[in-house]
Amino acid sequence: MTQESRGQSTLSRFGASARPAPYPLFYPPPPPVDQVAIEERVAALAKRSIKKSAKIAGLRLAVAMMDLTTLEGKDTPGKVRALCRKALSPLDSDSTVGPCAAICVYPNLVPVAKQALAGSKVKVASVATAFPSGQSPLPVKLDDTRRAVELGADEIDMVIDRGAMLAGDYAKVFDEIAATKEACGPAHLKVILETGELGSYDVVRKASEIGIAAGGDFIKTSTGKVTPAATPAVTLVMLEAIRDHYYATGRRIGMKPAGGVRTAKQALHYLVIVKETLGDAWLNPDLFRFGASALLNDVLMQLEKERTGAYQASEDFSKD
Amino acid sequence: MSKALTKAKASLGRGAGFALDFGHAWDYAPAPEATDHVKIARRYELFIGGAWRAPRSGKYFATHSPSTEEKLAEVAEADARDVDDAVKAARNAYDKYWKKMRGAERAKYVFRIARAIQEKARELAIVESMDGGKPIKESRDVDVPLAAAHFFYHGGWADKLEYAFHGRRVRPLGVAGQIIPWNFPLLMAAWKIAPALACGNTVVLKPAETTPLTALFLARILEECELPPGVVNIVTGAGETGAALAGHPDVNKVAFTGSTEVGKRIQKAIAGSRKRLTLELGGKAANVIFADAPIDQAVEGIINGIYFNQGHVCCAGSRLLVEESVHDLVVHKLRDRLATLRVGDPLDKNTDVGAINSKMQLEKITELVAAGEKEGAERYSAPCKLPSKGYFFAPTFFTGVSQSSRIAREEIFGPVLSILTFRTPDEAVEKANNTMYGLSAGIWTDKGAKIFWLAQKLKAGVIWGNTYNKFDASSPFGGYKESGFGREGGRQGLGAYLEVE
Repeated sequence: MTQESRGQSTLSRFGASARPAPYPLFYPPPPPVDQVAIEERVAALAKRSIKKSAKIAGLRLAVAMMDLTTLEGKDTPGKVRALCRKALSPLDSDSTVGPCAAICVYPNLVPVAKQALAGSKVKVASVATAFPSGQSPLPVKLDDTRRAVELGADEIDMVIDRGAMLAGDYAKVFDEIAATKEACGPAHLKVILETGELGSYDVVRKASEIGIAAGGDFIKTSTGKVTPAATPAVTLVMLEAIRDHYYATGRRIGMKPAGGVRTAKQALHYLVIVKETLGDAWLNPDLFRFGASALLNDVLMQLEKERTGAYQASEDFSKD
Repeated sequence: MSKALTKAKASLGRGAGFALDFGHAWDYAPAPEATDHVKIARRYELFIGGAWRAPRSGKYFATHSPSTEEKLAEVAEADARDVDDAVKAARNAYDKYWKKMRGAERAKYVFRIARAIQEKARELAIVESMDGGKPIKESRDVDVPLAAAHFFYHGGWADKLEYAFHGRRVRPLGVAGQIIPWNFPLLMAAWKIAPALACGNTVVLKPAETTPLTALFLARILEECELPPGVVNIVTGAGETGAALAGHPDVNKVAFTGSTEVGKRIQKAIAGSRKRLTLELGGKAANVIFADAPIDQAVEGIINGIYFNQGHVCCAGSRLLVEESVHDLVVHKLRDRLATLRVGDPLDKNTDVGAINSKMQLEKITELVAAGEKEGAERYSAPCKLPSKGYFFAPTFFTGVSQSSRIAREEIFGPVLSILTFRTPDEAVEKANNTMYGLSAGIWTDKGAKIFWLAQKLKAGVIWGNTYNKFDASSPFGGYKESGFGREGGRQGLGAYLEVE
């Protein structure tokens, strides 16, 4: 088989600063995804029994992979500062748990988070590009991105134009991602596909390939504003796109399921899927993140249960 | 070549260069299924006429756990006299109770057995994994639930048999002698007993000598269900016991699942008698993967096709026919997938591939794999650490296999896959059918029309489209050619236990 793969040629067109070339006409269609079989596969992986030392290690990893998120109109500096403190030391009783990978906020709150997290390795992620709908002109989206970076965001979580994706205007989707990547400068780019609006695994697969080829460092399932948000099956579809890209180019793209992951048990299921699909390299916060808000306390509760042998009341964990 | 053309050319292939690392960044802790509540007796007698009876010879044989090599129990060895007793008990029960009973009443018993299997599911699954070596997740999620489902399904038919064959009168055959294999011990017992009872026959069943325990646990369940004495009799033993059963003059129907070699011997032995016969024998199924298939799901289908139950599956997808243009990609992905197969303790809930059923079977697999290497095929075995005790074989595949080599023609009945290529759909048909077997086949393509086109041309009793090794009590199962004849399951399966007038 030729080593000159489509992915590799796309990569070679990325200069250090050059924008990627437009969406090429000669893309082969992505491989089809069989709905029944992919759902069966994730259901089989849900049966892995994760107990004792594996459970503790997995839960600790999940905390370190968490993008602790608040994305509401009513967000205030006080709320964000509290969340930052939680991200820095999630568990009072055990300072070796955490910190979380990042705080994810709207652009206006980036300076607050940046200040609260100064001197730590916790990153500040900002949503941008007319989040969550993305239904604004491109210059607005790019300006949104640039300003978030100027305000101090280390990571940008952009949304793709789902309307363009479903209308078949893949070049528009590709070009917007590529332009946003350029606007990011040094900031890492996560490309939100909003899989809950894409309708089928085949479209998710195609959107994943476009997001990767256009320069995304991560691909991410959801904004958290649409139901369904992340599911294990949709995550596996995206991980398979990441795997094929890696096979072809050696380049590792990150993955972030967001929204809908609320329990420690679900988080462990996702980690099992990552472990058995992409292997060791992806089992760290540089390549895998959870976008969540309620998940952290459930994980902490399970960690405390493993430590003390008894469940604590939910009131024993700070609600930030 | 212009720059645009070069780019276009580069975009046509999907490469498979870089390998993933499946190491120890996050290891699963051992998750053994607790066994303390399971009580295996020191010794098991024969279950004849509703009572537990010592064998006339006084002889017993041991059954071992293939994963630990420890003796689990000793089991009575039935000789021809015991078999005769069992057939007499079955005949007596047939005349006295079973043929007189209305279908709706028989159904109550069959449903009761189904429910009792569900109630004892955990115990049965554990014993199955201990005695046979299969992973607990398979006995728990496949074997035992399917066994219960088979009884439920046939319970539903018991009072509706006249509707199964429109305008025809049906009546039971009498006494069925049933001989089952060691790969799905409880499930095969269910496949045999459930339709026989539902159709109004009585049964003498002989389980395989390496895996008799769950059939004996089933006998206890039949006792608890207060099935009339002698309606089901279970005689344990080896080949001679089976031969005595198949050859017994008062048996009306013989049902055998096992090797083609033994199946032929049985057919010879009963030739000229008026016994009805169904044989479910070996296989060397083609699992056909087209370039337009959902490749990642097809790889899961390959895994499920050949490594499910250590490849001890008569319908295993043991010959992979892959379109040449995606051969390298599929092999690359398969190699990485093998790295995540967990081989070891059958009772660990995370084990994917358990123990080979017996030392003899392990030797047979080893011998055939050596033959494959000798014939020049390239071997790849998963880099897994095998337990020091017990009978284990690392999941293996061969590339560069030709149609003429032994590993492409003979049934290995182990976790060993032979990979061949084809160029066109016609060639896929030709190669898939180029075997003495014809039990099953798989087709992987995103094009529905191609599935139907190929399915019509394949000489196989069961064909799966974009899936593999799926079983359902309502779906008839059985083979073409040397894979046997007769169907089990579904409406068609009823015919094997009825005289249709």
